[in-house]
Amino acid sequence: MELTLDMKYAPSEDVVARVIEDELIIVPLVAGIGDMEDELYTMNETGKAVWSRLDGEKTLRMIADDLAATFEAPPGIIEKDVLGLIEELVRRKIVVVR
Amino acid sequence: MSYIKKLLPHEFNNWQNKRPLLGQLDIELTERCNNACLHCCINLPEDDAASRDREMNTDFVKDVLSQAAGLGCLTVRFTGGEPLLREDFAELYEFARRMGMQVILFTNACLVTPELAVLLARIPPGRVLEVSVYGMRPESYDRAVGRKGAFEEFRRGVSLLEEHRIPFIVKAALLPLWKEELAEFESWARTILHMDKMPGYSMNFNLRSRRDNAAKNATIAGLRATPEETVSMLLRNPHFLEELKQFCRKFMGSSGDRLFSCGAGHGACIDAYGKVQMCLLLKNPATVVDLREVTLKTVLTEVFPAMRESSVATNPDYLRRCARCFLKGLCEQCPAKSWMENGTLDTPVEYLCAVAHAQGRHLGLLGDNENAWDVAGSGARHSG
Repeated sequence: MELTLDMKYAPSEDVVARVIEDELIIVPLVAGIGDMEDELYTMNETGKAVWSRLDGEKTLRMIADDLAATFEAPPGIIEKDVLGLIEELVRRKIVVVR
Repeated sequence: MSYIKKLLPHEFNNWQNKRPLLGQLDIELTERCNNACLHCCINLPEDDAASRDREMNTDFVKDVLSQAAGLGCLTVRFTGGEPLLREDFAELYEFARRMGMQVILFTNACLVTPELAVLLARIPPGRVLEVSVYGMRPESYDRAVGRKGAFEEFRRGVSLLEEHRIPFIVKAALLPLWKEELAEFESWARTILHMDKMPGYSMNFNLRSRRDNAAKNATIAGLRATPEETVSMLLRNPHFLEELKQFCRKFMGSSGDRLFSCGAGHGACIDAYGKVQMCLLLKNPATVVDLREVTLKTVLTEVFPAMRESSVATNPDYLRRCARCFLKGLCEQCPAKSWMENGTLDTPVEYLCAVAHAQGRHLGLLGDNENAWDVAGSGARHSG
């Protein structure tokens, strides 16, 4: 399925997201998300900003627009970042399409 | 460009100087056990009603887990006794996982059921299970754990783990009665998917951690490997000598009169009855705190740091020997072992002293008749 900015995504129920010491930590609950049993994930600042807006209601475009306004950044760059992150998260089964 | 980064739990605990207040929580879910191992420092009978009635209930354990998660804890170790004896084990396990914690489970595997195996496959612990082994044949195993049919249960439990592809490793309590089966054990261990190194052995068994059974202590003492046997067992690992030398370069040197030069109190261990201990072994009543009276955060930020700071050795024998001994890094002497063995926090444990000296002599750090605490200028001996 091709990823587009009109799609909506939400965190998968197969992971638990935690904020520890200001870091976002993704803890897989089921097999097949990480390459190893005890693997966790963390995200950079861009990732954290996107993750906090992934609610299954907003499209990726709405999230990108919100971020562009918040950070006063060019929408084109933000959209590229949002799509890049979501692609990684989809591949890892950390988010699901709604 | 990658937006997400893989991280292992221990990496997070030292990552970007952002150590959570609590990295790992240990919980002894029960002191009762389905086995009655000869060498065990903690086990009570499975049907010990007095112990069962005092155990933390489900809600209490969940509250402890919630508190731990709130302190940044990423890993909980369930141990015992045999943790699978608790009827609510599956509920507690799933609760911990859904709080975003990885679970380390110490078990003898005898009580693994098909239902539990399905749960562990559906929601993997995130860490390999650690299965203790007490023999490779029914006669020896059943004798070591004190009941008939245990070996069959153990094999059935392990088969269920294998069948459901649940990652586990094995480790062994090396009792004299099954020493002849060692090669068979190691050969089997090599066939286990997640065994990427030699199995760990316990052989310098601890005395009863609650100092509750003098007769059993005598039995345990009789089952311990001698210092020489310990060295030869350790040498079975081809990497042991080099690892030990590297370890010595980093960690040798005396600790002075500070009792808690170890990690005790930096983490927390909850006993079966809701008391917080500084480490898994230290059950001295003067060093534990009831979680019904204070929060885990208070224990970690106020109570344990104060205990660590104020605890100094006063026993002249300890000050003459342990406080000055450069083999400290090789020796398992600690307040918990001292308590189990002698009933104080600062009495040298003669057995552990002998084991450490045997290792020191094997490494060439000590002459045959030398005591490590008498060696002046010991730095040169362990830095090479």
